[in-house]
Amino acid sequence: MTRFTVNGKTYEINDIDPSTPLLWVLRDHLGLVGTKFGCGIGQCGACTVHVNDTPMKSCLQPLGSVANQKITTIEGLAAANGDLHPLQQAWIEHDVPQCGYCQAGQLMSAAALLKQKKNPTDSDIDAAMNGNICRCGTYLRVRAAIHSAARASKGAISKDVIKVALLDSEPSLLMSGSRNGEV
Amino acid sequence: MNKLLSKAAQDDAAIQSLMSEVLREPAPVSRRHFLKLVGLAGGGLAVAFYLGDSPSALAQNGLTQNATGSEPEFKPNGFVQISSNGDILIFSKCPEIGQGIKTAFGLIIAEELDADWQRVEVKQAAVNPAVYGRQGAGGSTSIPSNWDQLRQAGAMARSMLVSAAALEWNLSAADCRTQNSKVISKDGRSLDYGALATKAAALPLPDVKSLKLKERSDYQLFGKRYTGVDNRQIVTGQPLFGIDTQLPNMVYASYTKCPAFGGKVVSANLDAIKQFPGVIDAFVVQGTGLATEVLPGVAIIAKSTWAAFSAKQQLQIQWDETNASKDSWTEFLAQAESLTEKSGKQTLRNTGDVDAALSGAAKQLTAFYSYPYAAHATLEPQNCTAWYHEDGRLELWSPTQQADSSLTLLSKVTGLALDRITVHQTRVGGGFGRRLMNDYACEAAVIAREVAKRQSVPVKLTWTREDDLAHDFYRVAGFHSFAGGVDQEGKLTAWRDHFISFTADGEKPVSGGNLDSEEFPALLVPNFNLTQTLLNSATPAGPWRAPRSNAVAFAVQSFLHELSAAAKRDHKQFLLDLLGEPRWLTPGNIRALNTERAAAVIKLAAEKAGWGKKLKKGHGLGLAFHFSHAGHVAGVAEVRVDKKKKLKVVRVVMAADVGPIINLSGAETQVQGAVIDALSLMFAQQITMEKGRIQETNFDQYPLLRMAHAPIVEAHFIQSQYNPTGLGEPALPPLAPAIGNAIFAATGERVRTLPLTKSGFSLS
Repeated sequence: MTRFTVNGKTYEINDIDPSTPLLWVLRDHLGLVGTKFGCGIGQCGACTVHVNDTPMKSCLQPLGSVANQKITTIEGLAAANGDLHPLQQAWIEHDVPQCGYCQAGQLMSAAALLKQKKNPTDSDIDAAMNGNICRCGTYLRVRAAIHSAARASKGAISKDVIKVALLDSEPSLLMSGSRNGEV
Repeated sequence: MNKLLSKAAQDDAAIQSLMSEVLREPAPVSRRHFLKLVGLAGGGLAVAFYLGDSPSALAQNGLTQNATGSEPEFKPNGFVQISSNGDILIFSKCPEIGQGIKTAFGLIIAEELDADWQRVEVKQAAVNPAVYGRQGAGGSTSIPSNWDQLRQAGAMARSMLVSAAALEWNLSAADCRTQNSKVISKDGRSLDYGALATKAAALPLPDVKSLKLKERSDYQLFGKRYTGVDNRQIVTGQPLFGIDTQLPNMVYASYTKCPAFGGKVVSANLDAIKQFPGVIDAFVVQGTGLATEVLPGVAIIAKSTWAAFSAKQQLQIQWDETNASKDSWTEFLAQAESLTEKSGKQTLRNTGDVDAALSGAAKQLTAFYSYPYAAHATLEPQNCTAWYHEDGRLELWSPTQQADSSLTLLSKVTGLALDRITVHQTRVGGGFGRRLMNDYACEAAVIAREVAKRQSVPVKLTWTREDDLAHDFYRVAGFHSFAGGVDQEGKLTAWRDHFISFTADGEKPVSGGNLDSEEFPALLVPNFNLTQTLLNSATPAGPWRAPRSNAVAFAVQSFLHELSAAAKRDHKQFLLDLLGEPRWLTPGNIRALNTERAAAVIKLAAEKAGWGKKLKKGHGLGLAFHFSHAGHVAGVAEVRVDKKKKLKVVRVVMAADVGPIINLSGAETQVQGAVIDALSLMFAQQITMEKGRIQETNFDQYPLLRMAHAPIVEAHFIQSQYNPTGLGEPALPPLAPAIGNAIFAATGERVRTLPLTKSGFSLS
């Protein structure tokens, strides 16, 4: 039996081979399909989850290795009351997603970074996000949204999503990828 | 021609026919489209378009009407639905593949409707071409092809609401205007759309021709930045994508085909596989023999994806490769390089006297350019969930770019009548042309039907990344042997291109490997000669974001810069001189190149990038223009290159004219994404094959650009007077030549071979 916690909920799993990657336990057995399959070899980062607050590629983590650990997936990134994580809010405001498939992994890597560094530099962001591939090329907005979330107030973020992201006040966030880079 | 090439040719014919369908101009709306209006249960208004009045088509969408207007079980499914509380539901007919169409379509309808965007919800429409017409996403055609239809849908609803308000107030419709989901009378009264919805639904339909569409100056919503309508669901990890499909009693499948395209299954260790933990069944699928449908292989049915993948690793299949692909990249390269001194076998265009013009030129150059095969590598691997029901209906959940044509293909492959097949279009985790093909859906359908012989359960087929890279419809490689000449004044006088491409049938180039006789700069050079030689290939080829343009722009726009540099001309002025007087290059074709629009984007990109400014040592600016998919786009790249050929793309400035912008944020992301995608493609992506087998298996061997290497991208738009056209593709082609030209400006070294890693570059 493997016991672990996912998004605050404890699971006891009896009938799954402990060598099964966490990714597939989440997706096929627990129905948490927000965590994505992209490559299966830890190259793309679409499957990134937090294991005890550390970002991990869930396609490479056997179920047995996360016994008694605390897992957070994209479904658990927002607060229990539905308030979005500042990064999720920033992702919406910056209209980050294109196809959207990699974004769960991008957000989980970014959330782990902000836990470590409240005000990351471009270099910090590049390093932390290096394991996440985006085929659509949303990197500039991912970077801008991380900076934006880092700047956001630490108070509660409304769960009422801004539907119209009029970013006219900060066009540079959209236009440029690097606000404080070396360029 | 051998059997394999014959099959490859059939595949390619299917792809090319699909592409011509995609790029087809829409039929005039007034002739083919009718609007119908129906009441909603509980009061409300719905507008739908029909391509005819087929009762079965109406019934299938729950759009049947009765005389009383009471609809107890009404399930609305048109374009617009307004509830009596003022909520507006808009249905987006085309697949969302990351191009932002769901948001853009919502905005187009909402703009003509004068809807309050805050109260609009956009949902994916059911797949039903009888109701919606074409439901595909390809060729950057979704906006231009549906522009009239969607605007009329919004205008129709608006017109009915105005009529309802006018009746209520006993005024003429001309005395009413609309704004932000309200009808407002001349004398200052106003009614919310919700309060008018039921009354409007009872009114007779206006004639489509009588509908007045907005003037450009009246637009309220267009041109601002809107966040994508699905963004909240995406960032909270909601199930949206095909691969997220979960159904009761669902089983999971893997499918293994011959690594050499076209190989057949002789035998497989099925008995052993069936003994693996979690495996339910394993069987051989003969398939139809076509890569666009179902190639032969072995299906494994399991209780989880991981069980299906694990058992797949243990498969031992004996293949019959007698007729399988023997393609070798090494041989292709050798063949192409041996052809460089000769002209091509087929002449596509010959105007003037190129030989004479070359020998009389003040400067004459020759150059050989090459680019490799490339894969799509959509981040969501190919997948489809299929359920063959006990009553013989087939239901699929498919992340496809071609939902409509997948219906006819599935009907062909399964032998089921069209009305027995339902396709649900899910959000698509990247299209880029890969999902114009529906092979994964055909496989899922065939496998689900086999599974249903034992038990009718849904089957989710998931490809591994290795399956995806080994069984793509690749961007085809190509080679150009150029000669060009400029006169004393530095004007281009002669252009010769011997284009070496690939064929599946020995006659026609494969999809994406074709140039046409009007290929840029054919219509702008007095002495022009374009010939082609086709090498036989059995490797499937298909459309890859900005097909043909994504490769040919690199070669053509780089060589143009070689010529302007040799003539010591300013490249901007050289391009502007080449374009000449403002005109449509092929008069009467509004999807053709317009030299005025081209010149304007070149000037704007140059201006915004500081063209001509003094740069730091090791830096260079490169300018390139390319016209594709009705979009005029120019780009200027600034690069820094050190002595070890470490390249930094410092900044890219793009200028585009695709007419008025619907969603500025969406337009900017398409340009930013296209630039990063193009850099990713040109930097290190190459698919090679030996003995018919694709050599690159996963992202460790087929790398995508990562964040640290993404340049700053600025996007500027000229919102010209013309109707809007698509932006999913045309911003991609100019990037590669802009980078190549910038590298030349910085170092004097000309990049003629892609990917850049083959020319010794690395990124810093």
